[in-house]
Amino acid sequence: MSRLLHIHLGATFAFLYIPIAVLIVLSFNRAGLPTVWSGFSIEWYGRLAANPKILASAWNSVIVATLSTLIATVLGTLLALGVERAKPSPARDALLFAPMIVPDIVLAIALLSFFTLIKFTLGLHSIILAHVVFNIAFVCAVVRARLKGFDWSLTEASRDLGAGHLVTFRKITLPLILPSVIAAALLAFTLSIDEFIIAYFTAGAGQASTTLPMQIYSMIRFGVTPEINAMASIVMAVSFALVLLAQRLNRGRMPGA
Amino acid sequence: MSSRLISWLLMAPGLLWLTALMIVPCLLIFVLAFFERGTYGGIDWSAATLENFARAFDHLYFSIFLDSARIALIATVIALLIGYPAAFAIMKAPERWQTSLLFLAILPFWTNYLIRTYAWIVLLNPVGVINNGLIYLGLISQPLPLLYNEFAVILGLVYNYTPFVILAIYSALQRLDPSYAEASRDLGASAVTTFIRITLPLTAAGVAAGAVFVFVLSIGNFVTPDLLGGGKLQMIGNLIYDQFLTARDWPFGATLSGLLIALMMIALFMQAVASGRARGEHV
Repeated sequence: MSRLLHIHLGATFAFLYIPIAVLIVLSFNRAGLPTVWSGFSIEWYGRLAANPKILASAWNSVIVATLSTLIATVLGTLLALGVERAKPSPARDALLFAPMIVPDIVLAIALLSFFTLIKFTLGLHSIILAHVVFNIAFVCAVVRARLKGFDWSLTEASRDLGAGHLVTFRKITLPLILPSVIAAALLAFTLSIDEFIIAYFTAGAGQASTTLPMQIYSMIRFGVTPEINAMASIVMAVSFALVLLAQRLNRGRMPGA
Repeated sequence: MSSRLISWLLMAPGLLWLTALMIVPCLLIFVLAFFERGTYGGIDWSAATLENFARAFDHLYFSIFLDSARIALIATVIALLIGYPAAFAIMKAPERWQTSLLFLAILPFWTNYLIRTYAWIVLLNPVGVINNGLIYLGLISQPLPLLYNEFAVILGLVYNYTPFVILAIYSALQRLDPSYAEASRDLGASAVTTFIRITLPLTAAGVAAGAVFVFVLSIGNFVTPDLLGGGKLQMIGNLIYDQFLTARDWPFGATLSGLLIALMMIALFMQAVASGRARGEHV
């Protein structure tokens, strides 16, 4: 029985990782044919670096992810601190859970309709506003998980000793929750830099506000190329590194758990 | 300042943001659903109508709804069948490995969804890794039609959402008191009986959470049917996409989205009931 379970777990990991591994191996393939091996080469990585469209869209993604993460980390952390002190409310919990479960396409068209109706010009800034929505919910969930085991007597002691709310926050609460806040920020950055559909609908027309996932999507629609394999490998490596760092900071607590 | 006031001040900016950019836009979708497309695109605000809803339940569109639900359901069942034993195996592993194994299982979930889906195009296409491999081994002479069909779409959904199922079920297993299963074994029940009568019912909440997540994200999916279905297979997500970006019939697209939200709420309600029941059995 336990042997069968081990085999099943091994097979599950193979299922999860083989497609990723194949993609990375093929990104070093010399031939233009993306699925037949013909020798080692880093040529495709060089081509990526020389492709202005890809570089511009990568830069846009970094701007969107950085700003949406900054806003969401501040608002999401404050939200978590408030929620953990307030009376429990199922309605509020549902509101905080909703952005994680609403299908992307629904949020995407809802925001497009809303922005269009209020005649709000679309561009990178509207993508940022949209990404903050799911990132707030996400940061709040991660920080709340940390606050669940928080010893509130520490802040009470600080208050009793005469410290104000702000001093207590800066000297007691913030240092204690900071690793989780940074972990949440890293994960939010990962979510935002990878997000496609909401960005696609709220970007408006034109190349100026194309993000990296939008660029990847149009390349995939065009066909399988070794260039995509190379770009995919870089994007995955960045995500893996960020998530690994977040996990270390969050003291081994699972992101998303 | 009272602590109640402080907690409201802390929550206000975040809750306002979610209200302005999620609740209001989603309510707008419900309003749009009752109007019709203007002659030159846009929205004709002159008269409210139920026409869109009648259209959504029209045979053509309704069958897309049913197809999407069927595909999402199959993907959910397969993801549970893979995810439950995997989570169980991680739970049974030595304690010091569990965190790393769980982390490994979740990690793919954190990479770009488009890229994870694209990886299957590389594997499944007619000159792809799997077909080339099978031809090389002499097992087949003609490439198998693996891509651009329902099989590929279901595979893509299962691949993308299995990590979450493992996470949800692992957390449920971890909360489970091992003494229940031990008692059952001591009283002479076999491992299989113990699993079916004790472990499975007591982890129903985790199964429900995983299932709802996979089902909801699958039924509203756009990328997977678009890339792995190759345009031959339409799901609600693609239909909504087309109404907004191709047909320019926003009110009808809004109606479909509203129905999708309704479906999602039903699924979440069922999950709440299931986890409530599971909690009840604990006491």
